[in-house]
Amino acid sequence: MLPGFELRYVWRMLIELGHFALILAFGVAIVQMIVPMIGAHRGNAGWMAVAEPAATTQFLLVAFSFAVLTWAFVTSDFSLQLVYANSHTAKPMIYKISGVWGNHEGSMLLWLLILTLFGASAAWFGGGLPARLRARVLAVQASIGVAFFAFILFTSNPFLRLAVPPLNGRDLNPLLQDPGLAFHPPFLYLGYVGLSMSFSFAVAALIEGRVDAAWGRWVRPWTLAAWMFLTVGIALGSWWAYYELGWGGFWFWDPVENASFMPWLIAAALLHSAIVVEKREALKSWTILLAILAFGFSLLGAFIVRSGVLTSVHAFANDPERGMLILIILAIFLGGALTLFAARAGAMEAKGVFSVVSRESALILNNILLAVSCFVVFIGTIWPLVAEMLFDRTLSVGPPFFDAAFTPFMVALAVALPLGSVIAWKRGSLARVKTSLAALLGVSLAFGALAFAIQTGRSALGPVGVMLGVWVVGGSLLDLWLRSGRDGLAVRIGRLRRLPRADWGKAVAHIGMGVTIFGIAAMLAWEKEDIRVAQIGDRWDVGQFAFTLDDVREFEGPNYLTTMADMGVWRGDKQLGLLQPEKRFYPVANMPTTEAAIRNGVLRDIYVVIGDAQDSGGYAVRVYIKPFANWIWGGAILMALGGVLSLSDRRLRVGAAAAKMPKPVPAE
Amino acid sequence: MKRLVLALLLCAAPLWAVEPGEMLDDPVLEDRARALSQGLRCPVCRNESIDESNATLAKELRLVLRERLVAGDTDQQAVDYMVARYGEFVLLRPDASGANLILWLAAPGLLLVALGIGWVTIRRRGPVDDKLSADEKAELDKILRS
Repeated sequence: MLPGFELRYVWRMLIELGHFALILAFGVAIVQMIVPMIGAHRGNAGWMAVAEPAATTQFLLVAFSFAVLTWAFVTSDFSLQLVYANSHTAKPMIYKISGVWGNHEGSMLLWLLILTLFGASAAWFGGGLPARLRARVLAVQASIGVAFFAFILFTSNPFLRLAVPPLNGRDLNPLLQDPGLAFHPPFLYLGYVGLSMSFSFAVAALIEGRVDAAWGRWVRPWTLAAWMFLTVGIALGSWWAYYELGWGGFWFWDPVENASFMPWLIAAALLHSAIVVEKREALKSWTILLAILAFGFSLLGAFIVRSGVLTSVHAFANDPERGMLILIILAIFLGGALTLFAARAGAMEAKGVFSVVSRESALILNNILLAVSCFVVFIGTIWPLVAEMLFDRTLSVGPPFFDAAFTPFMVALAVALPLGSVIAWKRGSLARVKTSLAALLGVSLAFGALAFAIQTGRSALGPVGVMLGVWVVGGSLLDLWLRSGRDGLAVRIGRLRRLPRADWGKAVAHIGMGVTIFGIAAMLAWEKEDIRVAQIGDRWDVGQFAFTLDDVREFEGPNYLTTMADMGVWRGDKQLGLLQPEKRFYPVANMPTTEAAIRNGVLRDIYVVIGDAQDSGGYAVRVYIKPFANWIWGGAILMALGGVLSLSDRRLRVGAAAAKMPKPVPAE
Repeated sequence: MKRLVLALLLCAAPLWAVEPGEMLDDPVLEDRARALSQGLRCPVCRNESIDESNATLAKELRLVLRERLVAGDTDQQAVDYMVARYGEFVLLRPDASGANLILWLAAPGLLLVALGIGWVTIRRRGPVDDKLSADEKAELDKILRS
């Protein structure tokens, strides 16, 4: 033991240790980027073997660094500038923790944590991969890490200290103090960064010059996992907007939402085209291109959010220098990968042949629709920028544009889905399933007509939504049923239970898509709104329900002041429940928020908001009846669940299982 | 810059937008006003329509829009009135005119190109020829006979 050394000194320099770990990880990433790549090129097993321990080390170092930052937030260490700017001692513990990533620097550290976690997982679970491909994948993954380590250390260091620590912090943006939003960024990042694995696989395959069915099988679980996380992340964000922003909107076509939606659409296309590579060894170069684009859109999303070029509430870092750096990272990775693609894609000879009516063709249509719909979102998002720079027009592109330009693609996708999912590979025919499909079409039309007859008004949106929903859900069930063969009921049910998990995953995810389409259409078409000034004791009707304003009280929460109303919900003389909407004021951040009160239901949500006290007495009150609102997110959960089912399929674990089996001893 | 940030913060605060006092008594006119204001952007906000925004300017615009409608403007005239004062920036659905044609037509154009390429690709991959070549047939016969 050194003279004068005490353990508490280490404790005091914990922050510096975290900082140092981050710098070390940067160094490790540089080594991992270069050494295995050269090793793979020269066929040197020793150099290639560097990749695995390096990936693990990188992850452990970043995890330590992240833990230190979390510790600083939890203990409210205001000597750290980041904690001072984004936390407060009175804040509930969960938001002290989520405050770690509720700011630019911390969210970049989370990004790196996830990036290195994926890299390490590829090292841990990639045992089934050929050594050379694995070394290259890990090297490419490390190169992405290098770029982001440099970014965080040079422009966004979370470990900067304040010389004189203030007594208390400035608090986290109250909008971000919410359970939905606490977990929204980690899921989104798991998705964004997960797509870096698909990218690394694509670039490694291009360097290798070889793409085969096995490659398709290896890249699919990573893409599937990333897509599932994106699905959950987007759904969480949308759900948060729904209950927090105070009027029950769930999607605003905000640039930042679009930034997460574009990689989702491309990843969905990639999922489907990777199946074609795996099963039929076709669409290889297109699949590689999609893998590159998917991560490209993730980086573009990071650029849009971090640079603030398209200003929005998410851009807590409106810093042009950071934006420029991300743009450079984007240019290097996308440009480099696309150049490599241009040089090598020709070598990817497709093998499988198929006729016009086949699953392959259907999946090509799926890919075209998803890719072009992503392009609609892309051009709508960047158009204000382009129009201003090139045409000197200052304009906006908002929801009305996207509703008009994007929706047709989703309708086309929904119409084509059941047809495509029942056609056989290689050379299919619709004749075999013509009767079943015709019956399904009849049922869908009947449901649509029924919806039209029941609803008030002549809007087509609701009935069309019902029709598409029934068509897609029914089509997925029909697909499952057709797979069970032609025998008796008992035999078929037995077969259904033994179908591969991937088949169930496909059906569940597609059902989720149908449910979401129905939910969106039904809610938008049949929503009811009522805005009024209500006195305490008033009773009024909205649709089939009645509402009473019983009381309005003011009191103090942990770090806010609140005005809370007691509102009764009635149907006739029967009280269904009490809703307590709030209007909060966060004094530290000097910011008001609304907390809508929602009575969730399968058939409808009842959504009430309390507003300002009026000069004439009483309070402004808003009531919404939102039919089938929960189906929107329910569908998203089903989609993610479908992904989980598919991921648990034996087929995707074959690589891992094979690695555990004893290697055959070569005969002497 | 500071003022802009302040304005954005104010807009980001999610209070509500249309207040009871602003609404017109005539439900038909009010419906038209709501529909129109959902397509007009609040000039000082992030991506928000004047219907959603609680910024002071958005409130003023809502009132102006309703005045125009009460004065007997058609929907188009009322929107034109706004555009004349605040520029095409307030339109959330950009006009399909001039350079904006690119915005509106790029995706349908790309779709046609993609469908074309897709069709050519599909045609080139087929038709599937299941017939065995003479050699294959001979080999198969051999296997079957043995």
